[in-house]
Amino acid sequence: MQHAKHLFTLLATVAAVGLTACGQEKKPEAAKPQAAAPAAESTPTIDIKIGHVAPLTGSIAHLGKDNENGARLAIEQANAEKIMIGGKLAHFELIAEDDQADPKVGTTVAQKLVDMKVAGVDGHLNSGVTIPASAIYHQAGIPMITGSATNPQLTEQGFDNVFRVVGRDDQQGPAIANYLAATEKPKVAAVIDDSTAYGEGLADQVAKTLRAAGVKVLAREKGTDKQTDWMAVLTKIKGEKPDAVFYGGMDATGGPLLKQGRELGIKAVFSFGDGACTEKMHELAGAAAEGMLCSQAGIPPQAASKDFLTAYKARFNTDPILYAPFTYDAANLMIEAMKEANSADPAKYLPFLHKIHYKGATGWIDFDAKGDRKDAEITIFVMKDGKVVPTAVVKAGKTVPFDEFMKSMGGA
Amino acid sequence: MDIFIQQLINGLTLGAVYAVVALGYTMVYGIIQLINFAHGEVVMIGAMVAFTVINALAPFGLPPLLVVLIGTACAIPVCILVGYTMERLAYRPLRHAPRLAPLITAIGVSIILQHLAMLVWSRNVLAFPQIIDTRLYNIAGATITNVQITIIVTCVAMMAALALLVYRTRLGTAMRATAQNPHVAGLMGIDIDRVIAATFAIGAGLAAVAGVMVGTYYGIAQYTMGSILGLKAFAAAVLGGIGNVPGAMLGGVLMGLVEALGAGYIGTYTDLCKISGISEWLTQRCAADGGHFVLFGSNYQDVFAFVVLILVLVFRPSGILGERVGDRA
Repeated sequence: MQHAKHLFTLLATVAAVGLTACGQEKKPEAAKPQAAAPAAESTPTIDIKIGHVAPLTGSIAHLGKDNENGARLAIEQANAEKIMIGGKLAHFELIAEDDQADPKVGTTVAQKLVDMKVAGVDGHLNSGVTIPASAIYHQAGIPMITGSATNPQLTEQGFDNVFRVVGRDDQQGPAIANYLAATEKPKVAAVIDDSTAYGEGLADQVAKTLRAAGVKVLAREKGTDKQTDWMAVLTKIKGEKPDAVFYGGMDATGGPLLKQGRELGIKAVFSFGDGACTEKMHELAGAAAEGMLCSQAGIPPQAASKDFLTAYKARFNTDPILYAPFTYDAANLMIEAMKEANSADPAKYLPFLHKIHYKGATGWIDFDAKGDRKDAEITIFVMKDGKVVPTAVVKAGKTVPFDEFMKSMGGA
Repeated sequence: MDIFIQQLINGLTLGAVYAVVALGYTMVYGIIQLINFAHGEVVMIGAMVAFTVINALAPFGLPPLLVVLIGTACAIPVCILVGYTMERLAYRPLRHAPRLAPLITAIGVSIILQHLAMLVWSRNVLAFPQIIDTRLYNIAGATITNVQITIIVTCVAMMAALALLVYRTRLGTAMRATAQNPHVAGLMGIDIDRVIAATFAIGAGLAAVAGVMVGTYYGIAQYTMGSILGLKAFAAAVLGGIGNVPGAMLGGVLMGLVEALGAGYIGTYTDLCKISGISEWLTQRCAADGGHFVLFGSNYQDVFAFVVLILVLVFRPSGILGERVGDRA
C-alpha cells in the first residue's frame, strides 16, 4: 500500500518532470502564443511536501496514528480537488514520521523534515516533544501547526512560525471555574493543588475566576504529586462546608483525594483539570467518582463536523479517537494559506497563516498574535457510570450544553 | 470541635499503621542493632501481592471481606519469605562486620526490592479494585468508616498478640535474652540464628498486614509506596525509643496524631493575614488573594514526622520509653 503510493508518486513526478521538460523543449518554437493555452493537457505540477509527526510506536501509538489519519485525509482531499498554486497543479505529499513521543527522537525527525525541505509541519502530538522540535522548525522558517500539544509554553517562545489549533492548558482553569460558578452556583469553594507547576497554575486560575464570579474561595490547600493521604486537608476543608472543591493535579493523586473526600462525608461537587479527566479516576475512587466534573482542551472527536466524520469513517473504516479533527484542520490551514498566498514557499504563505479565517472540522479558526487559536473550545466532562462523558463546551467565556454544540457543528 | 475529633480519628488510623510497621524496625534493632531500611519495601510487597490476589479474585463475586482475607493470607507468607531471605542472604554474613556494613547493605536491599517490584508490577499507580462497600458512622459530628475501624482494631489486636508473644512465650523469652546479650544467650542453649530469623519473619508478617491495610485504605499501590512509609515508621520507632516494643506502639500512634493535627492546623496558624496589620504590603497581598496568605500549607505534612525525629534525637536520643542509651546506634 505504502510502496504502491510511493511508486505512484514517483511515476507522477517522473511524468511531470518529463512533461515540463518537453514543454521547455517546445518553448523556443511555440513560445510567442503564451503558455496558458496549452496547459489543458499538460498542466505543470508542483510537489508540496507536508510533514506530519506523532508517536507511531509505543504506548500512545494509537493516538499518533489517529493524528496522522487526520492529516492524511486533508492531504488526499486537497489532491482530489486539483488545487492550483502559482499557476501549477499542486500535488501534496504527506511525509509521516514517528517521534516515539521522545523529545530526542522528535528533534532528530524535525531536522530530517527540514532537510527534506517540507513546506510545513502538522504536529507533533506531545507538548514535551513539540516544544524542542518547534525551535528547529523556527530556525528553518518552516510553519508548524500542532493539533494536540496543549502546554502554554509552546506558543510563549516568541516563534512566529508556531501555531496551535487546540486550546491551551491555561484556558482550562477559567473555563471549568466559569462552568462551576454558572451551573453549580457554589457559595463557598475550596481549591487544592499538588504543588507542581501544572497543578498550581491551574488552581490559581480557577481560584481567580471563582472569586471574580463572587464565590468565596477558601485558603489554598496544598499536597504533593505523590500524596496518597488527603485526610488532614479534607477534614480541614470539611469544617468550612464548601459547595465545590477543585483539585489541580493528576488522576493518581486526585483519585484518592476524591475517595477520601466522600468517605469524610463531604457532599460538595468535586472538579478537576485534564490531568484527572480520565476513567482512571473511576478505578481509583470507585463509586465516589460518580458525578465529578473535569475539563479538557479542545472538543471530543464526535463533536467535529459531519463532513469530516463521514469522510474519516469512509477512508479509514474507523472513528477518530481524539485529536484527528485538529490535525485535519492543521493540514487544511496550511493548504488554505498556500492557496491565499498562491505559493508553497514557507516565507510567502506564513503571513497568510497569521491572518487566516477558516472554517474547519472543529469550527471557525483564527490565530492570535502568539499563534494560539482565538476562542479555543474547552469541553467540560462529567463522570457517568465510570465513563467521562462531555456535558458542555465553553467557548469565548460562553457555556453551551454539549447537545446544542453538536447541533451547531452538524447543522453548519 | 468535630473537626478536631475528625483529625484525631484520621491520626489514629494512620498511627495504628505506623505502629505496626515501627514494630518491625524496633524488634530487629532490639536484637541485632540493625536498622533494617528495607522494612518499608516489605510493606510495599505485601500491598502488591494483595493487589494481585484481590484483582484476580474480584470478578468472581466472593464476599469482599473474604477476598481481602485471602489476599492478606497470600501476602503474609510471601513477605515472611522475603524477610527471611534478606536476613539469610544479606544480613547474616555481615553479622560480625563493622556496624556500617549491614546498614549500607540494608539500603541496598531496599533499592533492590523496590526495583524488583517495579519490574514485576510496573511503575504505574495500581488501583485496588473497589470491592469494599465503605460505610460511614457518625461520632460527635465526625465520621469514621468501617475500613478505618477495621484498621484500628486489627492493629491493636496484632500489637496485643505481639506483646503476648514477646512477654509470655518461650520464643519471646529467647528473643529478649538474645537482645540483652546474644553471646550469653547462645551459651544458655538458645539457637540465636533461629531467634533472629524468627524476628525478621514476625516483623515481615506484620508488615504484610500493614501493606494490605494501607493499600485497601487508600485504594492504590505503587512500587515506591514503601519508602516514605518506612521512613516515617522508623521515625516513630525512634520517637518511642528504638529497640523497645511498647515504645514503637506509642511512637507510631503519636506520630500519626502529630501528622494529622499538624497538617490539619499548620495552614490556619501560618496564615499571615491574621497579622496583616503589620505591613502595608501584606495587607495588599491579603486583599488581592481573598484574605489568605498561607506560609506553610498542608503539603508540609510529610515534614512533621522528620521534625519530630530531629527533636527527639536532639533532646531525648533514647526516645520516650527508651531504656538503653543511644550508644548502639
